Amino acid sequence: MALVDFFVANGDKILELTLQHVKLVGLAVATAILIGVPFGIYISQRETLANLVLSIAGIIMTIPSIALFGILIPILSIINQGIGFLPAYIALVLYSQLPIIRNTYVAIKGLDPNVRDAAIGMGMTTWQRLMKVEVPLAFPVIMAGVRVAVVLTIGIGAIAAYIGAGGLGVYISRGISTSYTVMVQAGAISVAVLAIAFDYLLGYVQKKSAPRQQRKGLT
Amino acid sequence: MIRYTNVTKIYESAAKQVRAVDDVTMHVEEGQICVFLGPSGCGKTTLLRMTNKLIPKTSGSIEVGGKEIDSLNPIELRRSIGYVIQQVGLFPNMTIEQNVAVVPNLLGWDRVKIKKRYEYLMELVGLNPDEYRKRYPWELSGGQQQRVGVARALAADPPVMLMDEPFGALDPIIRERLQNEFLNIQKNVRKTILFVSHDIDEALKLGDTIAIFREGKLMQYGRKDEILSNPAGEFVEEFIGSERMLRRISLNTVGDLIRSMGGLAAKTGIMPMQRSNTVDVQANLRTALSVVLSTPHGEAYVVDEEQKALGVLRLADFHSFVRTMSPLKSSG
Repeated sequence: MALVDFFVANGDKILELTLQHVKLVGLAVATAILIGVPFGIYISQRETLANLVLSIAGIIMTIPSIALFGILIPILSIINQGIGFLPAYIALVLYSQLPIIRNTYVAIKGLDPNVRDAAIGMGMTTWQRLMKVEVPLAFPVIMAGVRVAVVLTIGIGAIAAYIGAGGLGVYISRGISTSYTVMVQAGAISVAVLAIAFDYLLGYVQKKSAPRQQRKGLT
Repeated sequence: MIRYTNVTKIYESAAKQVRAVDDVTMHVEEGQICVFLGPSGCGKTTLLRMTNKLIPKTSGSIEVGGKEIDSLNPIELRRSIGYVIQQVGLFPNMTIEQNVAVVPNLLGWDRVKIKKRYEYLMELVGLNPDEYRKRYPWELSGGQQQRVGVARALAADPPVMLMDEPFGALDPIIRERLQNEFLNIQKNVRKTILFVSHDIDEALKLGDTIAIFREGKLMQYGRKDEILSNPAGEFVEEFIGSERMLRRISLNTVGDLIRSMGGLAAKTGIMPMQRSNTVDVQANLRTALSVVLSTPHGEAYVVDEEQKALGVLRLADFHSFVRTMSPLKSSG
């Protein structure tokens, strides 16, 4: 009951923190899409590069988030942005790269080779083939990568509160340091609900975007 | 129309060189169907795919319409050559109409012209344009998909078509139907067609000329009766198979036999005319032979389009007809 009371009493503040959180994650994933999707398409045409890029993205993924924030703070301090939004944003963009690049790469690679053969044989340029055929067909799988990236960064974004980036992690970190369990719970539940809500929403977009034939197979 | 001169394709791997196509020289005339025939791995598909630059050639020259393909932009070359593959390769994200309209769109045709072309082509391949316009490839059967594949390849009215075992994945009944329709379409459009197949009967049915390949080398190239009557070497002979004579007579119709024999015996009156003992004058001799053999007396009525009897065909007539053909030569 204490939890319900907390939500009722702090509705405005929770909304504010949620919006901060969404802004951080939204900007980070949007940037990651702009970088990762073209990159994934590019490496799908350059096989030798693919392993290298996917390995690097994989290595970034294994760095604990606290450690990555720690690495970024001294670097960004040079331009007086050591704590706050910028290091958190950069870290989340980096973490989003693996699912987005990998899914884009796998999606393009996994297309029916006959479709590619027909497209080339009919005289499409590489750009036409990608835009008219391959990216539309790969879109559901790319979208699945975006979904993973969003859920992942909503979780990691909670930790960014420790370096002053705001968001729902503020409740968790402040609750822990003041031994206020209800506040920790409120923060954790909000983060979880946010993640589930976005996952559901993007799942819906993914399903709608799939060519009709593939829709049946998606969950 | 299409001229290959000393065309060679070498694949290099660390250990060895593989000559996928080995010094092929041949010329396919305009408006003809040339079937590239041979077992898998003989280089027929490689040669086909070199023609529209999907595979770069190692040496030699390929001319399409009098122009060496190296002097042509590959994108423009491919747009001027229809391309049909066994697995069809329709774009699953596009409707049937969009699929057929791909090349016209790339060439920047206006909408009205594309729409008219779509309707014309769908009628040509025997599909209702309006019924299929908004449907997607996965909603169609394999045979229907390949019809759309052929329509798509013909979309920009290319003078040359490359077809890589287009009917290979279809069941025998549908395959036969599509082969017949394909021949009818070709009568109207008169394209220069290179057609890859591993099936001698398909080659004899569709081809004007046949090129037989083995391990990258062109073993024999010629008109189909030439190949059947005078195979160049053991490999070709073996590939044609022991039914060589049957295959050879299948190139002729009952009408050809009647012309060469100067007529048939009149009706005998012994047997009543039935479905089972009549054969159409347009039927090929192999089919006719089968009908004759299945009748009790070894005789069958030949009828014209109006089902009017023209005479009686006997087993002996086949024998006499075969004697008028040039003798079979054997390589060894």
